[in-house]
Amino acid sequence: MNKHAAHFWEGCAAGELRYQHCAACAALQFHARAFCLRCGGAKLEWRTAQGSGTVYALSSVARAPTDEFRALAPYVIVLVDLDEGLRMMAHGAPGLCIGDRVRAGFFVHGGRSLPRFDKS
Amino acid sequence: MGAQFYAIPDDTSRFHVDLPVRTLMAYITGVGDTAFGRHAGETALTLMAQAANAALADAGLARAEVDGLLCGYATTLPHLMLSTVFAEYYGLQPVYAHALQLGGATGCAMAMLARELVDAGRCREVLVVAGENRLSGQTRDAAIQTLAQVGHPDYEVPYGASVPAYYALLASRYMHEYPVSETDLAEFAVLMRRHAGAHPGAHLKEPISVADVLASKKIAAPLKLLDCCPISDGAVALLVSREPRAGLGVRIAGAGQAHLHQHVSSIASVSDLGARRAARSAMDEAGVGLGDIDYLGIYDSFSITLLILLEEIGIAARGAAAARLGSGDFAPAGRLPLNTHGGLLSYGHCGVAGGMAHIAEAQRQLARKAGARQAGERHCALVHGDGGVLSSHVSLVLRRDE
Ligand SMILES: [Zn+2]
Repeated sequence: MNKHAAHFWEGCAAGELRYQHCAACAALQFHARAFCLRCGGAKLEWRTAQGSGTVYALSSVARAPTDEFRALAPYVIVLVDLDEGLRMMAHGAPGLCIGDRVRAGFFVHGGRSLPRFDKS
Repeated sequence: MGAQFYAIPDDTSRFHVDLPVRTLMAYITGVGDTAFGRHAGETALTLMAQAANAALADAGLARAEVDGLLCGYATTLPHLMLSTVFAEYYGLQPVYAHALQLGGATGCAMAMLARELVDAGRCREVLVVAGENRLSGQTRDAAIQTLAQVGHPDYEVPYGASVPAYYALLASRYMHEYPVSETDLAEFAVLMRRHAGAHPGAHLKEPISVADVLASKKIAAPLKLLDCCPISDGAVALLVSREPRAGLGVRIAGAGQAHLHQHVSSIASVSDLGARRAARSAMDEAGVGLGDIDYLGIYDSFSITLLILLEEIGIAARGAAAARLGSGDFAPAGRLPLNTHGGLLSYGHCGVAGGMAHIAEAQRQLARKAGARQAGERHCALVHGDGGVLSSHVSLVLRRDE
């Protein structure tokens, strides 16, 4: 894992969804990098999302790709548009629909704290 | 749309040099393939050689006349130098060679590059070949490695998302924005199976119904097992030449690409994935419009892939692809026969060669050499490949010289 993404996962362990903010142009980005995707600036600050958003897409996965996730199947994977204007993949509670307003929680699976959204 | 998406305007002038419409010197003069399915004991190299033999025989060309070689990557032979490994194995000494990697769009991208090479005069006869024993030679570790490349390693793979799940996410959003049902998707799986039934080399030939698709095993909602292509062994080869073959000219008249994202979580809009941009670029270059196209070879890794591509390219209005299928337009006798070999969904999917089979079938239809599958007299084909999660798009326009 690259060191920037590691900061995101450390955030999950602390119950936070972290993203980058460009000091030069104020652009936000969720997939962390050493530079701003919009202006190329190298001065990026970490911020914490307030954790609410809207379901953009979802799928209930019946056939997991690894043993680790087979134990969890079926599970829901979502793309959520955070209110900050960032889209992220996460787990979702069963029964969610596209357009639902959701709030992030966290659960530990395979030694990692994973974000999971449920109806707010 | 999220703040992280800095949308690139849909302006095709960005996507190709503004060349005047001209007759490019690039013909597909030979096609060859193996049957798709299980070929125990074969390797990527042995399968590629079989397809190459068939393509050279089809073109009536001696091996020594091949001066360019483009190979598609093989997950069961992830060598640093696949093209020269194949060249040595097969007995070629080309003046230009390399392998290419663009997921499911690799075959169309190689055909596009071969066309540039022969048109520029760099080569006269370019062998384009791909194949692998993806079904019988693939270990579980290799499958996981392939998955890891398709999903974002830091922001997607940790959630236990599978390749079908990435497409399922896309499907869920598309079906939210447009009136597309699971039955509509199933209709495309059924059509591909029906077409495969007419091809002796198809991996899956047993007829299926819409009810069979809907009742098949859940994979990642809304996709069921029969919405997904099988994993196959097989190979396909094309010979791209500067000169047409005597009495037969199937020209690569146009080509275009678009690459707007890699990962599903970076898709800005399910209504602008790049397919239309690539197809329009290819058609502009060929000097044709959608109304001139009379055969379709469209990538179909999943039923949803095929439906979205047809609608984004504009072959059907949004939400109307299944209705067009229902009207009979995509049948061999219809206005726009679609994947008459059965596509990835039923002819089979062995990686790069799976997407090349669409090109081979289009060439055969235009050359009127499709045998029992011949869909009347066809003149102009649109072939479209996509790689990733509808990430990389390459379109080709093939025309029969009249
Ligand atoms: Zn910036």
